[in-house]
Amino acid sequence: MQLLSQLKKGEHAVISGIEAEEYLFHRLSALGFRVGKSLSIIRRANFNGPIHVRLGTTDVILRSAEAARIHINNLSD
Amino acid sequence: MKRIALLGMPNTGKSTLFNRISGASARVGNWPGITVDLMSAKILIGGHIAALIDLPGIYDLHGFSEDEQVVRHFLSNNAVDLVIVLLNSSQIDRQLSLVLQIKKLNIPAVLALNMSDEAKQSGITIDADSLALSLKMPVLQMSAKYGDGLPKALEAAANIINLNVPASNPQLISQLLQEDNQIEQEMQSLIQHCVQIPTTLTNNTTDKIDEILLHKWLGLPLFFFAMYVLFQFIFTVGKPLQDGLAWLLQLFRNNALEPIFANSPHWLSGLMLDGVYTGVATVAAFVPIIVLFFLVMSMVEDSGYLSRAAFLMDALMAKMGLDGRGFVMMLMGFGCNVPALMGTRIMRSRPMRLLTMLVIPLSLCSARLQVFIFMITALFTSQQAPLVLFALYVTSFLTMFLTALLFQGQFKNAEPFILELPPYRFPTLRQIVLRGWLEVKHFLVRASKFIVIGVIMVWALTNFPSNVPPASIGTFAGQIGALFAPILDPLGINNQLAIALIFGFVAKEIVIGALAVIYGLQGDALMSQMATQIDWVQAMSFMLFALIYTPCLSTIATLKNESKSSAFMWLSIAWSLGLAWLVSFFFYQGARWLGF
Repeated sequence: MQLLSQLKKGEHAVISGIEAEEYLFHRLSALGFRVGKSLSIIRRANFNGPIHVRLGTTDVILRSAEAARIHINNLSD
Repeated sequence: MKRIALLGMPNTGKSTLFNRISGASARVGNWPGITVDLMSAKILIGGHIAALIDLPGIYDLHGFSEDEQVVRHFLSNNAVDLVIVLLNSSQIDRQLSLVLQIKKLNIPAVLALNMSDEAKQSGITIDADSLALSLKMPVLQMSAKYGDGLPKALEAAANIINLNVPASNPQLISQLLQEDNQIEQEMQSLIQHCVQIPTTLTNNTTDKIDEILLHKWLGLPLFFFAMYVLFQFIFTVGKPLQDGLAWLLQLFRNNALEPIFANSPHWLSGLMLDGVYTGVATVAAFVPIIVLFFLVMSMVEDSGYLSRAAFLMDALMAKMGLDGRGFVMMLMGFGCNVPALMGTRIMRSRPMRLLTMLVIPLSLCSARLQVFIFMITALFTSQQAPLVLFALYVTSFLTMFLTALLFQGQFKNAEPFILELPPYRFPTLRQIVLRGWLEVKHFLVRASKFIVIGVIMVWALTNFPSNVPPASIGTFAGQIGALFAPILDPLGINNQLAIALIFGFVAKEIVIGALAVIYGLQGDALMSQMATQIDWVQAMSFMLFALIYTPCLSTIATLKNESKSSAFMWLSIAWSLGLAWLVSFFFYQGARWLGF
């Protein structure tokens, strides 16, 4: 088990858990972050900037701090 | 009057649809239960006159963002006859939840599936009829951008309105909103039955563009280059327009107004021409820049590039408590603070927006640049000039960073930084022009009164008592200048310069004109006179003060309108005045101490 924030560019994963307060949880789930959903990392910005994630039909950018709240199973290993 | 609410997630083309239905008749209004302004328009639908209200784009009716609360409070305080829910067809698998949430509230609804053309390109097919049957509401596919399918959607809306079912009961809605619900499963089964989504999306133009624009190392230089080009465009096109407008206004004054007031008492012609008319001209001077700025901004925003800019700049901006979108506005502030402040509306988190608005007035705008170029030419050699100007730009950046760092604790941003990256889209001309027009209207309605009154006040201060020459030491302005002498003397700012600073409060454009009136000289004569009266240390101290203190009345009026808080406006004025004083003080005293 890993965190979304640890994934590298091009890696695929399935969300295994979301650990967030209600506010963040709602926002994440509205954008498609739900347990069981698969995602891939499109790119990461320099200097530990945001992560560009693709979930189904939606592209989302989020900071590492928020990505660290999402547990995943890495499919690329 | 019937009431129709337009609801949808961000980036679904909701504003486009709203503008298309309402045309240019939209206006900003206040509603019970909420503190933000919403756009609304009166439209004729099915033989009824109805108010169409553009609710903020939200992800979730039960969410906790400010916009989500606004929508909840709106529905809990205002009865509505119909909700038009707008979804992005290519993301229906995710967005359907919003429809189901509305359905749970038992408000009559129509579902409009926008961007059906994009969905088709990606190979997504939606069975609208079976979806309508399951949802028990009309479902229509359309394109808000090109208007396809809109008549049918409006027809469906009219049919519901004509049924004259009682409007929603706000109290009931309020109760229902508190109950949590089981929407997840319902959504899954609907998607399985009515929608087919290919496993890999076929539309990859956006990916290819992103490969370049979001490139690890090329992305940032390209972003700065793009900003530079847009900036140049706004101000190279805007400058002649502003000059032309100023010329027309002057022509009107010389040939129409001055003859009219030629025989009226001196105070009346002064009040009307130098007070009211100058005020109107001050307001008018902003119109071309605001139009151009929002033409460009709506292009950047609607194309999808703004969220990319956020991606590129976020690593740096996060350290200051701001985000990448704020940076675009900060840059724009170097052209003109007013549209940059208005542009912060794209930021949905209020604390972050306020922090950005506190920072923007410190950017060295083009009006201040005129003052500096005049002063630098008068007091520095041509070798020194570029260095001095560069130092002023650096100071501007430093004060901005300092302000953000100091205040990020007060304006703590609670919203997580999670943004959707929409695919690149071409905005239509109609979309862009409408936006520019609405923003100008907004500015004129909100700011003009404030600005005209301010200009009249400064006119009165510099023209009364009437037995002394205008703008001289004997006028009220001169007396105020003298009153502040103990505060301004340690900065090396003399009485004449102090009066110029009072003028500069209205607009930096008139500072040079004010100095001309104060000294009774113009052009080169004024420059050489000033060079004999003040030395370079005083000039630099004056420029630093002029750089940091309140940019202009229009900026203050905009700050007040956009923040909807007088307290915030005063905070901004007090902070910039205090900072201006401190910086000038340390510079002046330091330079003198070093023997300059």
